[in-house]
Amino acid sequence: MQPINPSSVQERIDRLANQTVYLHLETTQGVYTARRGEGPVASCYIRNVPIQYERGEIKGEGPFRVGIKLAQGWVYCDGLTDWEADDDDRLLLAGHDREGRLVAALQLSPFPFGTGTKRNESYSTGSTRRHTNE
Amino acid sequence: MSNLNHTDWIHERHVLSILPHPDDEAFGFAGTLIRYIEHNVPVTHVCATLGEMGRNMGNPPFANRETLPLIRRKELYQSMLRMGVSRLYLLGRHDKMLEFEDPDEVAEQVKEILEEIQPSIVYTFYPGLGVHQDHDALAWAVVRAVKKLKEELRPRIFCRAVVEEAEAKLGPPHRIHDVSDLLSQKLAVIRAHQSQVHQMFPQFEEQVNDPNSALSLWFSREIFWEYPC
Repeated sequence: MQPINPSSVQERIDRLANQTVYLHLETTQGVYTARRGEGPVASCYIRNVPIQYERGEIKGEGPFRVGIKLAQGWVYCDGLTDWEADDDDRLLLAGHDREGRLVAALQLSPFPFGTGTKRNESYSTGSTRRHTNE
Repeated sequence: MSNLNHTDWIHERHVLSILPHPDDEAFGFAGTLIRYIEHNVPVTHVCATLGEMGRNMGNPPFANRETLPLIRRKELYQSMLRMGVSRLYLLGRHDKMLEFEDPDEVAEQVKEILEEIQPSIVYTFYPGLGVHQDHDALAWAVVRAVKKLKEELRPRIFCRAVVEEAEAKLGPPHRIHDVSDLLSQKLAVIRAHQSQVHQMFPQFEEQVNDPNSALSLWFSREIFWEYPC
């Protein structure tokens, strides 16, 4: 990913308007954070909700905010720092903290995002390694 | 010697470790699994998710939400090679969602693997004492799966408890494996999980080069309680 360039992001948001797109929206503080006594934590995650919009905008000086106006509601995310438009026309926006950890993600895609692997897939590693005490 | 806790390293038929996230095996289990492999006991590993919801993206970040599972899958495979694990199963479940799945469906999936591999011993987290919701949900699924087997086919289950009050709740551990002589191999396994390790332990490289650092001492001991089944 690279630091957000708002005009390039805006162009991508516009390109995905007026069609069904799949939304991934997330904020995360991690499972172990609360245990380290850093206060209560909250995380939310939603993946592959089909939406359609006419208007969506990126605002701010960085970290950035994105608001998308739906026929009957809104999508909103703050804290976005990095972006990537991948080969499949997907727009990936993410917020990272100083240590590079993900804190927020807003992603739009013309087709559903992946949802995992097959059940009980197995691999032989071909390993015949023997450990010896050096 | 690591044998002081009566772990029978040689006579197990097959060892199965079953954990929810790529990298879980590295921290609390790798030394133990390597020890079995050292004694020519085959080890199969089962990983339930690809850690899709992890926050660590590498520092500086080299993964994104969509590439993270692919990267972690490669890291996991590398970890298997470094340990010498002969077979890897992926349950194909989603990170952090295990507790919301139908518990019997997950247990059935685990049971299928148990019937295929027929391990004599299984390593996982201690049900209810795993701290992370996926650790607990998978551990309960393992217990449920083992109970579905005919009594004579049931492997023993040894568990890692993550909560600090584990000893107060369970009494002294049943197995304390000193893996200090395997530390360099274990560190190589931990390092296989490149996207995760440096953010979990910011002073990782400094600390692990000192065998008396808190981190090295922690990595040198792997502690388990048997879950009565």
